[in-house]
Amino acid sequence: MEVARLTAEGELKQFMIGLLERSPAEQTEVMVTEWDSALTRFANNGIHQNVAERNVSVRVRVVKDGKTGVASINQLNEAAAADVLKRAVAIAELQPRSEVVPLPGPAPARPVEAWSDATAAATPEERADFVQTICAKAGQAGLKAFGAYSTSAGQFAIANSLGVLHHQRSTQGTVNSVVMGDAGSGYADRGAIDVRELDKNELATEVIDKAQRNQNAQPVEPGVYEVVLEEYAVAEMLEFMSFMGFGALAVQEERSFMKLGEKITGDQVSIWDDGLDRSGIPASFDFEGVPKQRVDLITRGVASGLVYDMQTATRAGRQSTGHGLPAPNTEGPFAVNLFMQPGTAAKADLMSDIKRGIWVTRFWYVRVVHPKASIITGMTREGTFLIENGKITRPVKDLRFTQSILEGFQGTLALSRSTKLQVSEYLGASRVPAVRLKAFDFTS
Amino acid sequence: MKELAEAALNAAQVKGASYADVRLDEHVTQDIIVKNGQLAAVSDDASEGFGVRVIVDGAWGFAGSARLDNAEVEQVVDRAIRIARASARVRLAPVDLGPAVTSRGHYRTPLERDPFAVPLSEKVDLLLRADAAMGSVKGVTIREGSMEFIRQTKLFASTEGALVEQELFESGAGIEATATSPDEVQNRSYPNSFGRHQGAGGYEYITALELDRHGGRIAEEAVALLTALQCPSGVKTLILGASQTALQIHESCGHPTELDRVFGMEAAYAGTSFMTPEKLNHLQYGSPQVTITADALTPTGLGTFGWDDEGVPAQRSFLIKNGLFVGYLTSRETASVLGQQSNGTMRADGWNRIPLIRMTNVNLEPGDSSLEKMIAETKDGVYMETNRSWSIDDKRLNFQFGTQLAYEIVDGKRGRLLKNATYAGITPEFWNSCDAVAGRSEWKVWGLANCGKGQPPQVAHVAHGAAPARFQHVKVGILK
Repeated sequence: MEVARLTAEGELKQFMIGLLERSPAEQTEVMVTEWDSALTRFANNGIHQNVAERNVSVRVRVVKDGKTGVASINQLNEAAAADVLKRAVAIAELQPRSEVVPLPGPAPARPVEAWSDATAAATPEERADFVQTICAKAGQAGLKAFGAYSTSAGQFAIANSLGVLHHQRSTQGTVNSVVMGDAGSGYADRGAIDVRELDKNELATEVIDKAQRNQNAQPVEPGVYEVVLEEYAVAEMLEFMSFMGFGALAVQEERSFMKLGEKITGDQVSIWDDGLDRSGIPASFDFEGVPKQRVDLITRGVASGLVYDMQTATRAGRQSTGHGLPAPNTEGPFAVNLFMQPGTAAKADLMSDIKRGIWVTRFWYVRVVHPKASIITGMTREGTFLIENGKITRPVKDLRFTQSILEGFQGTLALSRSTKLQVSEYLGASRVPAVRLKAFDFTS
Repeated sequence: MKELAEAALNAAQVKGASYADVRLDEHVTQDIIVKNGQLAAVSDDASEGFGVRVIVDGAWGFAGSARLDNAEVEQVVDRAIRIARASARVRLAPVDLGPAVTSRGHYRTPLERDPFAVPLSEKVDLLLRADAAMGSVKGVTIREGSMEFIRQTKLFASTEGALVEQELFESGAGIEATATSPDEVQNRSYPNSFGRHQGAGGYEYITALELDRHGGRIAEEAVALLTALQCPSGVKTLILGASQTALQIHESCGHPTELDRVFGMEAAYAGTSFMTPEKLNHLQYGSPQVTITADALTPTGLGTFGWDDEGVPAQRSFLIKNGLFVGYLTSRETASVLGQQSNGTMRADGWNRIPLIRMTNVNLEPGDSSLEKMIAETKDGVYMETNRSWSIDDKRLNFQFGTQLAYEIVDGKRGRLLKNATYAGITPEFWNSCDAVAGRSEWKVWGLANCGKGQPPQVAHVAHGAAPARFQHVKVGILK
């Protein structure tokens, strides 16, 4: 096996339990993340960077005399365990008393299957072959391919002195590609638990076709347009909604756009978080050791729920939904397994009766401008087209948008029946359809 | 450490590498967060390991591991060699590193007080005092203060004979007040946004910030912003505070002069650059007031060190001279393509990553104006300070930035407070409209500890020397 050299589950659990047993604190939590990963990067139709990493993180949280200390180390041995425990306790002892984030008690977590032997065993030669196919096809089309193909295998385990002990293995393969011509480019990406689901020929066809259609783009006037947003762009909007407002802390701190019980988007919009759904990138428990629950966030346009971690749930007098981040965490809970309800339209038909609009492949460099109004800005990239009388007529130069997500979704006219899994650059994944929106503000 | 490095280099040569280097790196980070009068988080994180970079058959391979023993060294070298051979199957021209680099020596960040020796209670006490100052202002919803300290010990050795050891320290801190209303969220932070102001140095860097002295002021500004006038839309004279000027330099000069980006090596992720080689020594990037250097020797800069992660000595070079584009940030490999030698900007964010071209301290050299003079000379303008949002296209041309705070400028005087201020432009047009830069007394090195680039992602700590600067005919108030 080339990639996956992971510590045996039994050995890992023994290490964690041993650390809990020797802790002098009243409460202790141990979180271990171990990964073995590789990434092959290509540019100008050739591999220019090719890397691999084997690493581990041991994170210890202790609660002693009403004070919390956290320390981490990236070694998995007795000396490291003693060191990280000592540092966590020392931090707790040195600080003043403050609010203690409660540790959860034991609860059964529903196992999810997130492992593929094929991914774990992926070799640099296999990655090179995959990349070679894309580069060769791009070269034959007179274009240049750029991108990265990564494979990883890992395990995540969490235990605490109240009896929590969870363990999960997972794998992931992701590939993205930009194909460029002299006067335009296209983009495509894929992500899966099992690398055998990543079809290099299908990916190459999509990205090359997009690049070929996107040559010699001409500008259009900025303004408000009807749009079709491909799944790449939609997933990014959901990620920003998660960042700005789906977490309970954002609401408790009065900085979220979510107004529970109120209609905030169009009827066709339903968004939820489900860490247990295998059509996403599933996980059975969170970074505090709480089992994952499905949470409906927006249901037929109405703000219907929030995700909670231990701290925000305690403040609200309810249970955590299993969306905690690693301690110490001042960012609050995050929805990281997002889904958007698909519609009934074929993706290509989303533009069928648009008189004049814009087809957007993906966004780039998106940032929050006004969180409470859910306003973001960013650029379109690698595949922006003019739609006229139901058809794409020509590529257009990339545009900057400055747009409220909620206002955009209030004008949801149609959604595709197909969905695509988008693995996040940071954490988690989204499964979303393509959407057609009535109005989208391109500002320059 | 040296024995492991030697073992790795020997193994790589025996197994067929024409070049190899190894980096052993130990990183310790302490983070402290105080929120709403409570100590919300203290963590102490340590990471160590080694990475081996090899060239085999003219192609790169890299592997790294957290395990520090001889058996693992053999495994990691084997893996790097196999990866390089796989790379060679789909490579373009063989890698050419140019002249050999044989640096040797030791470097340590100059500092007065080791931040890891300062009692935790002293650090927490300072943050709590700043928090109390913010809390004394009615209407503030969230108060947060943080500190971060980093100690990095690293060794670099290569088959060309380089052997350098470095001990680098960083200290950073910042406070932020947030005020909310049903329709608004307004933040004010000090000295910079996004957590902290950070520099290469010891605890004296934190003391000098006087966090507690500024808590009340920023809290009052956050509350005032809730009811401030919306920044009007129009084309106006724009004066940027120094920290926003720093961000402008970062996005629209630092990134586009990274030569790996120019050659497409970041094309699928971080994008490319409009500053392509035929423009070198020809493009009038900015007005004559604009001179920008890459200076890894700047005191307290996060891009200050002894050698980069290819063993190239820290140095100062010009990117823009009196407005003319004259230089890139380079690595050994990219510089040799242009027939140049590296100016030492290759850095990795840890042992587990390969070095990439990263900004060092990319500085806008001070001018001869002042903020006061720039305002006095302006008839119809806006002053903006402290970044709130930043976005620029994949060629680094079309940008839109927002700031936490702004003031209108009318007939040479600072007027009303403005909220949700934004401005936009196209890079060379914007820098060519620069007609004044403040002088040395208002020039400061701004640490930026969240610069993302590369796959797998790496976060670099870079810095920008900047003073307030003025730009004419800028589109402001994009958010209506």
